[in-house]
Amino acid sequence: MDIKPIAGKEEMAVNLADALVIVPTPLADWLIVAPVIICLAAGGLLMMLQKNIRQHMPVALVALGLVIIADAALLWRVLESGPVVMTMGRWLPPFGITFAADILGVLFALTAAIVAFFGALFAKLDVDNTELRYGFYPFLMMMMAGISGAFLTGDIFNLYVWFEVLLISSFGLIVLGSRHEQLDGTLRYAFLNLVATTIFLVATGYLYGVFGTLNMADIARKAEGLRDSTPLMTLAALFFFAFAMKAAAFPLNFWLPASYHTPRSVVSALFAGLLTKVGIYALIRTGFTLFPDELHAYSGAFAIVAALTMLLGALGALAQNDIRKLMAFTVISGIGVMLMGLALGQPLALAGTIFYALHSMIAMTAIFILAGLMHRRMGTPNLSEAGGLYETSPFLSAIALVLILTVSGLPPFSGLWPKVMLVKAGLDVGAFWLVGVLLVSAFVTTLALGRVFTLAFWRPAPSKVALPPFENKHQSAAIIALLALTVPLVGFGLYPEPLVHVSLSAAEWLQNPQRYIDAVFPVVVTGVAP
Amino acid sequence: METLLAVLVGIYMCAAVYLMLSKHTIRLILGVALLSNGVNLLIFTAGRLTPEVPAFVPFGATVPDGVVANALPQALILTAIVIGFSLFAFLLVLIYRAYQDLGTDNSSEMKLAEPQSTMPPNGY
Repeated sequence: MDIKPIAGKEEMAVNLADALVIVPTPLADWLIVAPVIICLAAGGLLMMLQKNIRQHMPVALVALGLVIIADAALLWRVLESGPVVMTMGRWLPPFGITFAADILGVLFALTAAIVAFFGALFAKLDVDNTELRYGFYPFLMMMMAGISGAFLTGDIFNLYVWFEVLLISSFGLIVLGSRHEQLDGTLRYAFLNLVATTIFLVATGYLYGVFGTLNMADIARKAEGLRDSTPLMTLAALFFFAFAMKAAAFPLNFWLPASYHTPRSVVSALFAGLLTKVGIYALIRTGFTLFPDELHAYSGAFAIVAALTMLLGALGALAQNDIRKLMAFTVISGIGVMLMGLALGQPLALAGTIFYALHSMIAMTAIFILAGLMHRRMGTPNLSEAGGLYETSPFLSAIALVLILTVSGLPPFSGLWPKVMLVKAGLDVGAFWLVGVLLVSAFVTTLALGRVFTLAFWRPAPSKVALPPFENKHQSAAIIALLALTVPLVGFGLYPEPLVHVSLSAAEWLQNPQRYIDAVFPVVVTGVAP
Repeated sequence: METLLAVLVGIYMCAAVYLMLSKHTIRLILGVALLSNGVNLLIFTAGRLTPEVPAFVPFGATVPDGVVANALPQALILTAIVIGFSLFAFLLVLIYRAYQDLGTDNSSEMKLAEPQSTMPPNGY
């Protein structure tokens, strides 16, 4: 190691290797910040192009394509050679802000980028010119910067900052258009999410007071020694509360069905796919990396919350007349399924949660896009006036049937396998009631979504006048986006092996945080360590 | 001193929660402002109050002389203030716009996003 004293009195000379990363970061490791940098740069570029709305979509698609490539390369690298770590300013962790990517984070980031790409494509149909001029695509890119940053950062305060970045961009997206019910929905969304992030900040403040560090790997390795002398249970409870609110777990879910049906359908599609999963990711990260013992101690509470969330989501879906409200409740019951894996805690269950989260990102975005297309073609979002779609749009009906079966978790689509893993894990530990709740909620979700298909597709159009033929020149972009999101759902349903495998390794890495800690703090002796 | 500040943070939080439980959006937003200030004080207190000199390194030396104040909480608070302020600005515009468009600042009269819901039809 290169040791050179810097200017100063000889006896007080500092060994640079003690404080700085001396070896330059390998070029390939820059991949870890690439998703964030590309999104921020594209967001800035789009702001400059604000008036040239024709160029917005191409720029956004190119940028998101690059993000997908960067995330995919990063995933390959992480699978090949372990967690990728980069510390800003070359200051050794825990002093520099660290980005640390393990399988979990990169998988989430990659799926999010894919979802955002097709969301950006669908926006062509869904967002009108005024809203483009007000900056739909810049907001989208900034939100993706926040989401990618949240998935890849290794620093808890930095995680808070990314949360705020994605939150403020999501405010911009949800209020875009300023229709009356949208203003109301935004108020509810904004206040409750702001309270959740503030509680996250409170917890982070206490965490800093206890540990004196904000680096997650550093906290993880110090937690063991501090468990007897510090209120870690309380701290963990604060974090879990804040993230459960972000994830819309019962009883903190009320903001979601109050707001997700108000904006443009592309916005609600992206929110349903991405934002609640950021909450789930943060729960997994804090639960397994920072507070594994505390998570275990709270597993009973998690089980109850998971069960109630699943039931509430499914029953809520059954009672809705508005299609998008109905879909919003299926998002909530999906969150319950993911929480069940956290409650059970063993590797198989955690892998089920991760698989389900990836599946749900794509499936929820797809089904909200479907709801948007249905709304456009029927001219109403309400099931009571719906009908006749099977006649006018047979192709859309086929996709709709696939998506409905996927979200209900029926074979041969990808919703089935993570539920199989969770049921197996639940039976292994004897949590029969939780497995029962999972199956009941899946059944009720099938009923609710089956009713959508019956009423909107099979039923003849209620009025005698046939639906006008649907004409829109951006129609094909929307169908391509929907189809492209459906393909992986069918693909991983027929051949789930690779995703099961990679989820299991992600879970195994999470269960042994030592690998993550060692990546951030290499055991190589640098300089004159005591 | 820590105890005093802790009590002050508690008062901030109580006032914030009380205001945020109100139906009127203007009180809600005042509650949010109090809450974010309370959190800033909380981080400041949690970072230990050291009545010491700023973390400057004397000329020619490489480490500071003696005990210096912890600069990190201040950096965290600065970030939190900036973020809190931008969110506050957004919310202020939002509630004003909602007041203009919906003609009320009472959130229980703004039931546009969740009107009395009708049940879906039970059959064909």
